[in-house]
Amino acid sequence: MAVITFTIDDIQYSAHEGDTVLNVAHANNIHIPTLCYLEGLSPFGACRLCMVEVEGSPKLFPACTTKPAEGMIVRTKTDRLKKYRRMIVELLASEGNHQCAVCVVNGHCELQDLAYEVGLDHVRFPYLFPNKSLDATHKEFVIDRNRCVLCTRCVRVCHEVEGAHVWDIAWRGINCEIISDMNQPWGDSQLCTSCGKCVRVCPVGALLEKGQTVGELRKERSFVKFIVNARTKREWITNGIEEDE
Amino acid sequence: MTIDELRELAENERTRQKQYISRILYCSSAGCLSGGSDSVKAEFKKAIEEKGLGKTCELVGTGCLGLCGEGPLVLVQSADMTLYQHVDAKTARRIVEEHIVSGKKVEECQIDVNGPFFSSQKKIVLENMGKINAESIEEYIAAGGYEALAKAVTEMKPEELIGEIRKAGLRGRGGAGYPTGLKWDIVRKSVSEQKYVVCNADEGDPGAFMDRSVLEGDPHRVLEGMAMAGYAVGANQGYVYVRAEYPLAIDRLKLAIKHAEKLGLLGNRIFESQFSFHIDIRIGAGAFVCGEETALLRSVMGRRGRPKPRPPYPSEKGLWDKPTVINNVETYANIAPIVRNGSAWFAAIGTQKSPGTKVFALAGKINRTGLIEVPMGIPLRKVIFDIGGGTPEGSEFKAAQTGGPSGGCIPKEHLDIPVDYESLQTVGSIMGSGGMIVMDSTSDMVDVAKFFMEFCMDESCGKCIPCRVGTKHIYMMLDKVIRNEATEEDFALLQELCVMVKETSLCGLGQSAPNPVLSTIRFFKDEYTVKLKRATEFVPDEGNGAQ
Repeated sequence: MAVITFTIDDIQYSAHEGDTVLNVAHANNIHIPTLCYLEGLSPFGACRLCMVEVEGSPKLFPACTTKPAEGMIVRTKTDRLKKYRRMIVELLASEGNHQCAVCVVNGHCELQDLAYEVGLDHVRFPYLFPNKSLDATHKEFVIDRNRCVLCTRCVRVCHEVEGAHVWDIAWRGINCEIISDMNQPWGDSQLCTSCGKCVRVCPVGALLEKGQTVGELRKERSFVKFIVNARTKREWITNGIEEDE
Repeated sequence: MTIDELRELAENERTRQKQYISRILYCSSAGCLSGGSDSVKAEFKKAIEEKGLGKTCELVGTGCLGLCGEGPLVLVQSADMTLYQHVDAKTARRIVEEHIVSGKKVEECQIDVNGPFFSSQKKIVLENMGKINAESIEEYIAAGGYEALAKAVTEMKPEELIGEIRKAGLRGRGGAGYPTGLKWDIVRKSVSEQKYVVCNADEGDPGAFMDRSVLEGDPHRVLEGMAMAGYAVGANQGYVYVRAEYPLAIDRLKLAIKHAEKLGLLGNRIFESQFSFHIDIRIGAGAFVCGEETALLRSVMGRRGRPKPRPPYPSEKGLWDKPTVINNVETYANIAPIVRNGSAWFAAIGTQKSPGTKVFALAGKINRTGLIEVPMGIPLRKVIFDIGGGTPEGSEFKAAQTGGPSGGCIPKEHLDIPVDYESLQTVGSIMGSGGMIVMDSTSDMVDVAKFFMEFCMDESCGKCIPCRVGTKHIYMMLDKVIRNEATEEDFALLQELCVMVKETSLCGLGQSAPNPVLSTIRFFKDEYTVKLKRATEFVPDEGNGAQ
């Protein structure tokens, strides 16, 4: 298998077939912010937070779907990228109803972490205050679409890992929403196995467990990669599973 | 079907046509149909029957005759060509009674076929419009149709065919201008048991109807082009993705496929060679984003029309992850003439970097609206003033908008710019698929930008954040400017957001959505700044405030 040598932020790294810029970076402790990406799920390329610069191209590339090429020079922390990452989080903050103070994942929320990371001290765009629905018909879980960032991790984990495909996206543009079955109440879903994977992968407090209050919900997300690894590569972890936190 | 049989068929059809002294060709495209060409057709039929002219005069529904603004149009072909405009049932009767019977033309409805609207054009893609019956494969064959396919399949190797297209320098007519031959070559060289050919007929730009007209007036030309693409790359299956809003185009395409299959021009062992090619139609459900190739391919597979990051390009991983050629209607329509007349002939038309012609749908504040085909590199001034006849009396030309919601405005100081891919980019616009909207002094450019932004906002698929949320905020900010409520700060933020959405969006829709805004700011900044609210000055409260 051919090894490719390329540069991330002035240091050379080697990559193998099937690698992406993002996983090489993560494997080498280079932090690139992500939101829709989750190890174990197919890359989606939608949040645009992992965009990097590649020397010789005026375009920006999402690290999660870009394959390293021999001699490629990647930059992950330029001023332009920092500015755009801040704006992306700013747009997300204005899009939904993100009130951290009353949220179950307050303190353990990926959107909140991103806001700290990109230095989002204020939002310059008017808040859209969407009037989206909340579905609490499921016996164990709730979906509050007002907090959804449309990363589609729930859609992908349900389709790719659980194999149930309860979730999908309806409508388009700013009106996009995650729906269960053919836009039927979640509690009525005959497909849902109540496995809870969607709740655990959700980066924000849009999918939650019933009976928890502000700041109580902690999500452990690394289980996806272990399941997928076990299933596809027949690799089992015998000496304990590392904790997310 | 062999080549000899094809030629015999063509000869028989030409003989059949010669038995008529005159042919009345009425426009049966959507534009003239909505203007009432159906009732005109009925009246012609009645009048011809009443006068007993059934053996000497043929009534034919043909493709778009160009001057859509003056429809319904009727072309009378006898010893010479006479074009009539604004034909209603009464005029139709007069045309039969006066022109056909007694040879006296109905002068008040006549348009000069040698006028500047027609003489400055160069027709390759639209060559059969006004010549053949849009629903007859025999008439297409009589006009030289399927000869190129016969030549390609029986005389040329796939590499030779691609070589011809590459030498001709044909570039994708969907807007991006990627060299067609190069794209085909990539697909041909990729190793796969199954490959596909797809035709993008999901024309969605507001004001654009080039592809619709081609499909309605000359559908076989597109099928022939697709079959040749299939032969060149080694595909045996093609799909035409048409938007559901084009019911007539869909009907004509279905009919054309049926006719071609019946004659063995599509299907198994075409021209008794090893080459088989089938074409199916897939109908879009009304999403603009499905014109983006990766979204279109997903839609063809029956999935939600959402773009995905490229690479991998469709030429490596397209339909069902197989190598796929995807081209626009107009690109396929150019293939047959290139193969028939040779690459040198095609390369000599237009400019060196952008050979050939481009079809434009001319609309807006202009005297002659309609469908035109011009050689690449023609000065914009010529298109607007010679062909389009300039803006209506009393108003002044202000800007031409090309490329629809993805394009930009070209102001009057750039009127002499040649119309080709690179030149239009230098002024911040794009060639696009061929919509050209003319604006005069009465048009408010901020309003124009807002219109296009509203379109993009509605049509965003919602996958990536910059496009989903960014277009909404850009739209709201433009609205704020129009309401005279935006400040200098808002205006600066608007520009910052536009650049960000352009650079970070996932697909072409989002990447180009801010173009109309950026382009109007570039050339018509004054129209924005006069609408801005002056920042309220801070006046310290004197006396009774808090200490």
